[in-house]
Amino acid sequence: MPADSSAEIAPAATLARPFASLPRRKFKVWLRDNGAPLLMSMPGILHLLVFCYLPMFGIIIAFKEYRFDQGIFGSKWIGLYNFKFLFSSAVAARITRNTVAYHFLFMITGMLASLIIALLMNEVQGTLRARFYQSAMFLPHFISYIIVTYFVFSFLTLDNGIVNRFLVRLGVQPVSWYSKSQYWPTILTIVTIWKGTGYGSILYLAVMLGISPEYYEAAKIDGATKWQQIWHITLPMLVPIIVIQVLLSMGSMFRANFGLFYNVPLDRGSLYPTTDVIDTFVYRALVKSGDMGMSAAVGVYQSVVGFILVLLSNWAVRRVDPERALF
Amino acid sequence: MATISPRARSGRYYVIMGFLGRLLLNLVLLSFSLACLVPFMVVISASLTTEEALGKYGYTLFPREFSLRAYEMIFTQANLILRSYGVSALVTVVGSSLGMLVMSLMAYALSRRAFRLRQGVSFYIFFTMLFSGGLVPSYILITQYLHLKDKLWVLILPGLVSGWYVLVLRTFFQDIPEELLDAAKIDGAGEWRIFFQIAVPLSTPGLATIALFTMLGYWNDFYTALLYIDKPALYPIQYMLWVILQSAEWLQRAQQEQTGMTVQIQLPVLPMRMAMAVLAIGPIAFGYLFVQKYFIRGIRLGSLKG
Repeated sequence: MPADSSAEIAPAATLARPFASLPRRKFKVWLRDNGAPLLMSMPGILHLLVFCYLPMFGIIIAFKEYRFDQGIFGSKWIGLYNFKFLFSSAVAARITRNTVAYHFLFMITGMLASLIIALLMNEVQGTLRARFYQSAMFLPHFISYIIVTYFVFSFLTLDNGIVNRFLVRLGVQPVSWYSKSQYWPTILTIVTIWKGTGYGSILYLAVMLGISPEYYEAAKIDGATKWQQIWHITLPMLVPIIVIQVLLSMGSMFRANFGLFYNVPLDRGSLYPTTDVIDTFVYRALVKSGDMGMSAAVGVYQSVVGFILVLLSNWAVRRVDPERALF
Repeated sequence: MATISPRARSGRYYVIMGFLGRLLLNLVLLSFSLACLVPFMVVISASLTTEEALGKYGYTLFPREFSLRAYEMIFTQANLILRSYGVSALVTVVGSSLGMLVMSLMAYALSRRAFRLRQGVSFYIFFTMLFSGGLVPSYILITQYLHLKDKLWVLILPGLVSGWYVLVLRTFFQDIPEELLDAAKIDGAGEWRIFFQIAVPLSTPGLATIALFTMLGYWNDFYTALLYIDKPALYPIQYMLWVILQSAEWLQRAQQEQTGMTVQIQLPVLPMRMAMAVLAIGPIAFGYLFVQKYFIRGIRLGSLKG
């Protein structure tokens, strides 16, 4: 692992070399070849410096008692106090559990749904119907979570919602969906499947299109049924990509989709036991309760664990298929 | 591999089973496709009805009492809503053009093999995808040091460059034959001229895909406004939708404060906010119909190269 990362850092270290102790004429030659590309990438470099690299140094805020009037450098150092406070409260366990559990829930259900849809779509490839199915199933991917919130709201709102009207017609008591936290793992899973399946199936479909038709022809001659073809040819061919997808997704285990967990449950306090994740907590602690220390500590916790997870997942992917590793 | 039952089955059995299988398969695909479309229909139907009908029949697939009043009110009485569309449109156009310029310039520079700092800069970009400082430092930087709170620029600047898109754009430029660019260089064209007159025209499909995703990102952005915008006059449409969903009365009140006079008409808030949602989906659905091919190809490229 450390060998990998140091190999990546090495090119960055050569950064300084072209400038160092070169005679002026050589520098001019260097500038002639590299000046334009350097100037071209400069706006991007500066942007990332300001909006990505500067905040990285801001991590020290988590180790300070930050006060707006004293600024980052003026505020008092308090060591690990924020972290002690965080991990002694019940919050850290709750948001970690929710974030990680939802990650696995969505990964497994989402992958199954995408695989099933891809297998079915593979059978109707090239028809007019296939284009209709694909257009319809793709559309949800492009919609913002605010719009998704409106959709869910029209189904679940207490008096006018479609679900409760339906329950009433069946003679069942309507349910106050936005105050009962036990229903939300199911609701959020349905929402992610609705939104992501069409898009997710593309990847598997692309792999299926790449399977040589000769395999299927040979199987047909041997008298294999459709099911046998899927079970013995298509699925085994998909195993590598499934493994890679699972490993890659491990890298984002500590990151949750803010829109899904904040907007869709309408930020209702009674739903926090099952909807509060790291990202929503960081936002609320910062803006709503103004608890800068707590928010910064959770942010660092998320960044550091997230970084380790990305490195681990990449290491695992590299062992399985170096072509697909990020670095 | 396949074990065939010793009792040979008649041809008719296979024809029937094959037909039933295809029927079932299409039924599953059709129902999932319709399930994807139903929420759109419910919201469209709710925007085309009256407030009373909504209370009486609830949300339905088709409007029970047809009315265009919600749309009429948006276009005549609620300039705050129209303004939020303007904010979103402006941010989308300026943000994605500026972003595409900055990102493609950077990507082109990285695709040039003669560029000595190529690997260093690539790693510099790549690292931003692996590690981030988190929300609090960014928030303090933007509000306390850059003083961007409640400024239109805050909706544009922080999301201008995406490391991932730069790296994807680089692969598009790398597909251009190096000899072509070198030939232009020998003919006396500078890097800037090669970029604008050769590299960009040759990578249009790739650039268009990324441009579409960038535009989509700006149009759908809600989080930036949630963090940094308090002035109703600067709300982008997605944030406006959120505020109005939280409090139905907010619009009437804010509209009065904005114009300084009492709005005589009681606004049909429930259908109105659904009409707003429809109008926010509009450009996406419309654009989607035309560029679907690009999107799908772009996703395939992205997922396979990723």
